[in-house]
Amino acid sequence: MTRALATVLALCLALGAQAREAAPAADDPVLEARVMALASELRCLVCQNQSIAESNAALALDLRNQVREQLRAGRSEAQVVDYMVERYGDFVLFRPRFKASTFALWFGPLILLAAGLVLLFRRLARRRRTGEAELSEAQHARAARLLEAGRDRERR
Amino acid sequence: MTDLAAPASRLRLLLPLGIFVVLVALLGVGLTLNPREVPSPLIGKQAPAFSLPQLRAPEKTFSTTEMAGRVWVLNVWASWCIPCLQEHPYITALANMKIAPVVGLNYKDQPSDALAWLERNGDPFLLSVSDIKGQIGIDYGVYGVPETYVIDQRGVIRYKKIGPIMSDTLRDKIVPLIEELRGD
Amino acid sequence: MVPELGQFALSLALLIAAAQGILPLAGAARGNAAWMRVARPAAQGQFVFVAFAFACLSYAFVTNDFSVQYVASNSNSELPLEYRIAAVWGGHEGSLLLWVLILCSWMVAVTVFSRRLPEDMVARVLGVMGLVSVGFLAFMLFTSNPFERLLPAPLDGRDLNPLLQDPGMVFHPPMLYMGYVGFSVAYAFAISALISGKLDAAWARWSRPWTTVAWLFLTLGIALGSWWAYYELGWGGWWFWDPVENASFMPWLAGTALIHSLAVTDKRGSFRSWTVLLAILAFALSLLGTFLVRSGVLSSVHAFATDPRRGVFILALLTLVIGGSLVLFAWRTARIGLGGRFELLSRESMLLTNNVLLVVAMGTVMLGTLYPLVLDALGLGKISVGPPYFEAVFVPLMAPALFLMGVGPLARWKKASLPELAVRLRWALGVSLATGALLPFVMGRWSALVGFGLALAAWIVATSALSLLERVRHAGSGAELRARLAGAPRSFYGMLLAHVGIAVFVAGVTLVLGYQLQKDVRMAPGDTVELDGYTFRFGGVRQVDGPNYVAARARIDVTRDGKPVTTMLPEKRRYRVQENPMTEAAIRTGITGDLYVSLGEALEGDTWLVSVQRKPFVTWIWGGCLLMALGGGLAASDRRYRVAVRRRDEEEVAVQGGLETNPARSET
Repeated sequence: MTRALATVLALCLALGAQAREAAPAADDPVLEARVMALASELRCLVCQNQSIAESNAALALDLRNQVREQLRAGRSEAQVVDYMVERYGDFVLFRPRFKASTFALWFGPLILLAAGLVLLFRRLARRRRTGEAELSEAQHARAARLLEAGRDRERR
Repeated sequence: MTDLAAPASRLRLLLPLGIFVVLVALLGVGLTLNPREVPSPLIGKQAPAFSLPQLRAPEKTFSTTEMAGRVWVLNVWASWCIPCLQEHPYITALANMKIAPVVGLNYKDQPSDALAWLERNGDPFLLSVSDIKGQIGIDYGVYGVPETYVIDQRGVIRYKKIGPIMSDTLRDKIVPLIEELRGD
Repeated sequence: MVPELGQFALSLALLIAAAQGILPLAGAARGNAAWMRVARPAAQGQFVFVAFAFACLSYAFVTNDFSVQYVASNSNSELPLEYRIAAVWGGHEGSLLLWVLILCSWMVAVTVFSRRLPEDMVARVLGVMGLVSVGFLAFMLFTSNPFERLLPAPLDGRDLNPLLQDPGMVFHPPMLYMGYVGFSVAYAFAISALISGKLDAAWARWSRPWTTVAWLFLTLGIALGSWWAYYELGWGGWWFWDPVENASFMPWLAGTALIHSLAVTDKRGSFRSWTVLLAILAFALSLLGTFLVRSGVLSSVHAFATDPRRGVFILALLTLVIGGSLVLFAWRTARIGLGGRFELLSRESMLLTNNVLLVVAMGTVMLGTLYPLVLDALGLGKISVGPPYFEAVFVPLMAPALFLMGVGPLARWKKASLPELAVRLRWALGVSLATGALLPFVMGRWSALVGFGLALAAWIVATSALSLLERVRHAGSGAELRARLAGAPRSFYGMLLAHVGIAVFVAGVTLVLGYQLQKDVRMAPGDTVELDGYTFRFGGVRQVDGPNYVAARARIDVTRDGKPVTTMLPEKRRYRVQENPMTEAAIRTGITGDLYVSLGEALEGDTWLVSVQRKPFVTWIWGGCLLMALGGGLAASDRRYRVAVRRRDEEEVAVQGGLETNPARSET
């Protein structure tokens, strides 16, 4: 362990003159963060199911560059998205736009939940309305015997 | 015990089956569709204007305004694109029909490679323009090669073909459309 | 020769499966004991032949027999032996053979562990499984034959997709299939109960261990897939809401609902038709998943090579199996009578609410996955539904379910009292809220979402601890304490462990999403970059030769406060046959988080693009899943499931005959 430490230290000293803080891959990390955030919402059209942030396909790189250039030129995220949709259609968006045809998609979960809960509570309420079963004396005795027999078996 | 198996309750029991039938029908239709084909939102809209250097004469430019008043075809191609070679005879046939000029958009290609390709295989185009960076391609919503657009006299895109044009597309879609547009 | 033997074995297996499907079911209907007795040996015989076929295919891979089309497409002579074996299930045909092999394994398990079940039930269960097997064997033999020859044989194969050449790949599909196929057992039990009309608490008790074991395998399979994507794909993601991932998640959600519903039916005799429907649903979703992956209907990175003919066959199979089951359900469920009563606030109602939440969540995932197809089929255009959608709708649905998970185990059966529950839960609530409010500060930055997630995780842990504490409350001596603890059934501990597993999972997801850090930098030899207190030093890249690839391997020395931590060796590989570049990330795993380094592109000189990431608590995601699976295993091994059946049979009949006094009640 100490030998390894010494080796590392030696190496560091030797290369110390050349060591420096690595430059960020992007010229403008703040812009780049915006580019990647937007890119993760745009679909790579030649890939199976990836965003242009994840993919390294040629078209993905081209589109990322487009996004970067436009954001750098001062356009807003919404404008860049509109630009892409104008040319490639809604298919290029991973977050579907809210329009008449996606009404069911965005409200579906809520409607399903509401329907499920309503059905559930109506069922539960209906159960309460039906009366309690009255057991006869003989049935009580029988139940007691069965429970006793069950307890014996569990103990064994 | 089953006295209360009323019609309403029976209906509710058939609901899962009903949903299932709809789902199966949907999936059946889905088998006939292509989930990766991207339809173009530009159909019925103005073709994006561009002005690009010509492939054979880079000092000269070609601009879409030069095609105003004519029905024309824009074919996106590249020398590295294999399906482009497959559709080449059909593009040539279309050009030879002389019903509409075919302009080539040489997409993300080296001009020298493109010229060599045209030498080897024949040049059916009125002319080709160089879109080396692919910027105009993006403007047209190009996501692969080859792609072909039919544009009318007012510069409106009327049809987009994704993938290579084969005889059936040529015969059943493109030629009739061009003739119809010219008849206007 | 060997491949032909394999194909012959499959054909024989198909015949046996047909016999297994038809005779026992007919026998059970007619009371013909001889026909019913066909079930067990038929299942075992089928297993022998399918295992033999699988061995033949493996042999073809191991001996590099490229005259077999499937081997030529998925293997290569340079492929290391372990991956040649894994390649058996790397493509569509072979994975189907694995599917059927696993189905046969479950069938054999049923023959072994069902000595105490009534003969007609076993006959029906095996019969139904036999029919399912017929479907899949026919599918294989008619459209996806793994033994098809390719003549003339190529000199070498096209190699296994490099993404699949990985230990995770070896285990992910088998685990997943164990889960998918395992649900067929619960399904078979449900169908057999529908056919016989004996839909009682006993049926639920018999089904429970089978369902829980299938569920735990599915949990492991999905977790493995996620973990594998994390370390294999090279950029640190672990769930993408990809259609095929969703296709495995949907049966998991339904299966979770099923486990809980079976618990209620077992203990209280309630929810019978709902439980049956869930059993059909879980298996239907497994089949649907099979369809989605192989039919080309949805676009996915996971999809096998597609062929519309295969899609049609699976769809037909799906329609027959599930459509038939749902018809049977509608027809036979009306005859089911009684169930236990319970109040609006009770453990039953909370379990039922959780069921609804889980099923709605499943429905939501299905909605998002299939919606693009719906719009396309209706000609309403093409859209994409991706992670932004799923993340937006899934979390709000699951949060209440997680909350109820804490309350449910503490509520009484039949009738719970809200004030009483509130009193018992107040400390747990306090602890959770405090954790949610304070822990984010410890991590460095407060965030409402992180606080919310941590509060939920803490809630689950606190209420589980409370469950345990209440069991041993008032225990006087140490001996009594031990007795109380030992007296609790294994299923109780299993439940606690699984629920804690979910808490760990939620904590992991929350912390990773809230606090992960990334820096993309240009590095030349000697350059350093600092992230979260760690210093990464780039030591240059050198070429390394692998068995079937060439790699550029970088050396990154990591230190913290000057003290060395580790050396990381990310690679950029080029596999010789398929020639696609692969990024092999270097990961240093720790309980409190991972360091994740991957190589990007080479730039001019010896500068490279390097991506450095810090992923806090990311292993808790899969650790939580592992705990869930362990909890499931513990619960399934509860001895109460192995109680002798014969005597109970008499008692069951007696009970049913005597206590049914109120016929005018409808059943859930």
